[in-house]
Amino acid sequence: MAPPAEVLAVRGLSKSFPGVRALDDVDLTLHAGEVHALIGENGAGKSTLIKLLTGVYRPDAGEITFQGHAVSFGTPLEAQKAGISTIYQEVNLIPLLSVARNLFLGREPRNRFGVLDLARMNREAEDTLRGYGVQVDVRRPLRTLGVGAQQMVGLARAVATDARVVIMDEPTSSLEPREVETLFSVIRRLRDAGIAVVYVSHRLDELYAVCSTVTVLRDGRRVHHGSLADLDRLALVSTMLGRDLGEVREEGLTKFTGDHQSAGSEPVLDAADLTVPHKLHGVSLSIRPGEVVGLGGLLGSGRTETAKAISGALPVRSGRVTVAGVPLRGGSAPAAIRAGISLLPEDRKSEGIVPGLSVRENIALAVLPRLSRFGLVSEARVDSVVDTFMKRLRIKASSPHQKVGELSGGNQQKVLLARWLAMNPKVLLLDEPTRGIDVGAKAEVQKLVDELAADGLGVLLISSDLEELIEGSDRVVVLKDGAVVGELTGDDVTEERLMRTIAGDTLAEPVKEVTSDG
Amino acid sequence: MTVTKADAPVTTASNDPAGTGEPVGSARSERLSALVQQHGALAVLVIVSLVASLSFDSFATGDNVSNMATSSAFLAIVALGMTFVIITGGIDLSVGSLFALGGVLAAWGSRHGTLVALLLPLAVCGLIGVVNGLLVARSRLAPFIVTLAAMLGARGLLLAITDEGADTFLIGKGSLLAELGQGTTLGLGNPVWITLALFVAGAVVLRRTRFGQHVYAVGGNEDAAALMGAPVARTKILVYTLSGLLAGLAGALNAAWLASGVTILGNGMELEAISAVVIGGTLLTGGLGYVSGSLVGVLLLKVIQNVINQIGSLDSSYQQVVSGAFLAVVVIAQTWLGRRRQLM
Amino acid sequence: MAEATLRTAPLDKTRVLQWLQTYGVYAGVAVLLVVNIVITPHFLSAENFRTQAVQVAPVIIVALGMALVIGTEGVDLSVGAVMALAASVTALYLGYGLLPALLVVALFAAAVGLANGALVALVGVQPIVATLALMVGGRGIALVLLPQLEDLRNPALASLGSGDILGIPYLILIATVLALLVAFVVRRTTFGRQLLAIGDSRPAAQLAGLPVRRVLIIVYTVCALLASVAGVLATARLQASDPTSLGNLMELSAITAVVVGGTPLTGGRVNIAGTVAGAVLIQLLTATLIKHDLPPSWTQIAQAIVIVAAVYAARGRGKR
Repeated sequence: MAPPAEVLAVRGLSKSFPGVRALDDVDLTLHAGEVHALIGENGAGKSTLIKLLTGVYRPDAGEITFQGHAVSFGTPLEAQKAGISTIYQEVNLIPLLSVARNLFLGREPRNRFGVLDLARMNREAEDTLRGYGVQVDVRRPLRTLGVGAQQMVGLARAVATDARVVIMDEPTSSLEPREVETLFSVIRRLRDAGIAVVYVSHRLDELYAVCSTVTVLRDGRRVHHGSLADLDRLALVSTMLGRDLGEVREEGLTKFTGDHQSAGSEPVLDAADLTVPHKLHGVSLSIRPGEVVGLGGLLGSGRTETAKAISGALPVRSGRVTVAGVPLRGGSAPAAIRAGISLLPEDRKSEGIVPGLSVRENIALAVLPRLSRFGLVSEARVDSVVDTFMKRLRIKASSPHQKVGELSGGNQQKVLLARWLAMNPKVLLLDEPTRGIDVGAKAEVQKLVDELAADGLGVLLISSDLEELIEGSDRVVVLKDGAVVGELTGDDVTEERLMRTIAGDTLAEPVKEVTSDG
Repeated sequence: MTVTKADAPVTTASNDPAGTGEPVGSARSERLSALVQQHGALAVLVIVSLVASLSFDSFATGDNVSNMATSSAFLAIVALGMTFVIITGGIDLSVGSLFALGGVLAAWGSRHGTLVALLLPLAVCGLIGVVNGLLVARSRLAPFIVTLAAMLGARGLLLAITDEGADTFLIGKGSLLAELGQGTTLGLGNPVWITLALFVAGAVVLRRTRFGQHVYAVGGNEDAAALMGAPVARTKILVYTLSGLLAGLAGALNAAWLASGVTILGNGMELEAISAVVIGGTLLTGGLGYVSGSLVGVLLLKVIQNVINQIGSLDSSYQQVVSGAFLAVVVIAQTWLGRRRQLM
Repeated sequence: MAEATLRTAPLDKTRVLQWLQTYGVYAGVAVLLVVNIVITPHFLSAENFRTQAVQVAPVIIVALGMALVIGTEGVDLSVGAVMALAASVTALYLGYGLLPALLVVALFAAAVGLANGALVALVGVQPIVATLALMVGGRGIALVLLPQLEDLRNPALASLGSGDILGIPYLILIATVLALLVAFVVRRTTFGRQLLAIGDSRPAAQLAGLPVRRVLIIVYTVCALLASVAGVLATARLQASDPTSLGNLMELSAITAVVVGGTPLTGGRVNIAGTVAGAVLIQLLTATLIKHDLPPSWTQIAQAIVIVAAVYAARGRGKR
């Protein structure tokens, strides 16, 4: 059997930004019908490589050969026209434009008068999308679709533009398992049609499920490439992290000790019957001092909303929150914070840090009124608080006056933790505290959560990383469709039980008809 | 871990639309708010017109209606260009000045024939529009500040041409230009027909051409539009150019109608145009809008102005108060509707 | 991506631009001073400086409020209308004495500011749009209250406009005190820090428990109050209330002063000293052109170019 044709070949690609060598002499070869995993930690150079391939950046050195010709794309459009399409992490379509217009943007069918042939466009859009498991009124604005369906539209768009290479940058990060299934079946179809797929994901299961070959990047260099089947999980992780195989095995995957002493039986936080229209339906949970309670569930099950409702960031229709026996009044973020509730939000970059302000100002942000008299800030007291927490959390910054936006993800997360610890909270709500931060910082954050619980804080831990959830929590409350569907305690806190609780009812649920209310 | 599930046979790919196609939020409230957004202004226009024709005998007369139509025409042309700009998420504050400049240039140019009288304002105002577009699209400056500067600059240019506002150029009677502005066809002034033609063309361009798709895409999500291959910069340059051209044309037609290039016109016209566009259902945040709505918005403003004049005892300054209040109400309603729709 | 494109620019150019953004305005003022000393007769007279300072004082006062608003990533287009409103109301209530008139002016201004602030903070309307509505409606109300120019004969008002202490006009003193006060608020108070945090990242500020709405409403109210102070002072200097033209294009002058002074339109930073210098720069530029008999048309065109140049130089800084 003749080997499949080489579609894309990258030789010696390098790219530097002032102070950073983002990509250093990297090679990559893609064949028709190959699903290629591209993996690496944050900062390994994955996104730089993708941006070089798609014409967002120009390489400093090296060459890209596409279908036998040396190419140099100036814009993503050029790359797309040549046949390299990209599906980004967040759905990158136009929310207010109709589904069909999104699908056909830039290549709309035109009639003989030169204007758009809307009837044909809508008909073809419906036909195309049916093949992707999306059956909707294509004249509706895109934003009325679920995230998964939107992503399918994006994928259909890429394939329809005669892509020879499709790059998927964490396509499943906001998909439900069922939608992931659909995505995989589409990827297999692309593969069978001779399209090369570059698949970027942090989820190892997905890589093994769908990819045949792999390239591992670390610190801008290619450290491994070859068949994925030849590399077991542990080897993959250790290559990615650049660590000794034994070390990884020995440490396990998280830093949690997972066993905390709950001091006293009075809950420090008691949330009862929280209801937010369309989002939460009577969620109740309580946390005792020194306890880490995990909040499990699928994406969209209401985990983030529960945390936000408790912290007053999301207005509730009904329900009540009690902190250390005192009912919370007002239901606003400032009131919750005053009562001792602190929320580390999921979206660190846009809801957490204030990027243009310094580390110092960020740490002092919430506690400022307490360090002020008559509205005047006491700089000395601010300095002392900032100094304390920068040391305690080992925040790495050139000085307290460095802008937070310039720090690494892990250090930004620590700054946020410092902001809340300075408030001396009673309850800490952690929404995906280790997502997207490097391994070292991840371990530190996990260790810190343990310490804080040991100090008597009540902690609510939300994580999509099941290991983290299992190892970090004393109890796990499981949500589904905005309601509590189960709680695991003691020896039941295992991955298998958690999976069963999360997934059990989902499988039994009858299929809803979408067209009936569309 | 989910590995076993990932390897499970795929059965849902093509026959299970529920999982992927599920609509978010209630489709009914979505439709309702879209309806209000698109046709709310029309309903108000009908009601106001009905009330006005019942209250004032002189309102629903042929003369008054024809007058209103003609005086709406110029603002409508300006608002048409503004609609394109606002759908891209921008704003053009220079149109009032360009309107005045266009009028003066047309009157000045009319000495050299109708062709010059029409082409000169189009060329100059179009060029200023190009500069606006370049500064917004290529230099990535905030549209409101660029066009505010252009407003000042164009006003300065106008003063320079007219000897600091002392000269007023006249348009000779009986010229083709005067006929274009003052003549009537089938009982309606020529500017009205020109306006209608421009709006039909504008609607086709916006809804039925690739350029129109790009306009919506750029306003809906600029980054995504760029990644989808929409020529973002070119689209922006084009809409500001279009806005400049239309403002210049409106000014020229207005001068032809008045038979002179009045230098003090156009003050505050940008605000009227923006009000009309927004009242007509175009989202100030971009990505959604209707050419027809802008026409309705203009008519609504002009009908209200007419009513204020009919009352007689009211000073014309009330028009500004009403416009401001209207703008505030519509924007509040839009924000409220938009928030309801984003309940995802 | 923005950061990366910024980084790929030659380092020298970046540094020059950064220097220009921070100190360019002072350099500009210095250059204009030197040029005028050389080419303009009688420029170096106390009388001339006094005139220039008195003329620029209202712009500075409006620009102070504008700087605060811009610091929250907003903008206030209604300042000119508020000035006009202040002029009308002053004329209407001056009969009861200066102080009562000023109180009523403050009430009107606070009402406009509260309306702006409520639209922005409570309803969630974009600042440009919210203040646009008040810009249209505010001047309308001013004209409804007082349809045309009216001469004012009030000794107290006259002395406010042209009196002085130790040769320094009240106008300059008031502008100086207000500038120092605003600078102090920005640098040393919790309110100032909260304002900057809100301007930089509103969602983050919200989740950090900052009183976002309160801060925004106060900022817009303060801005309107400062604009009304400028309106009253300008009216006092004119000894006439002119709601038709007072404050026309003031929003543009104030925004220019703020931006030229190194406060980015993207919020999260406020530079008060730069704002004052920015206002002075534009004043000197205008004065230079006028003193050399260039017509107003050229002054306007020059100002337009300065604005674009300033915004152009400041771009990129706000982008992270």
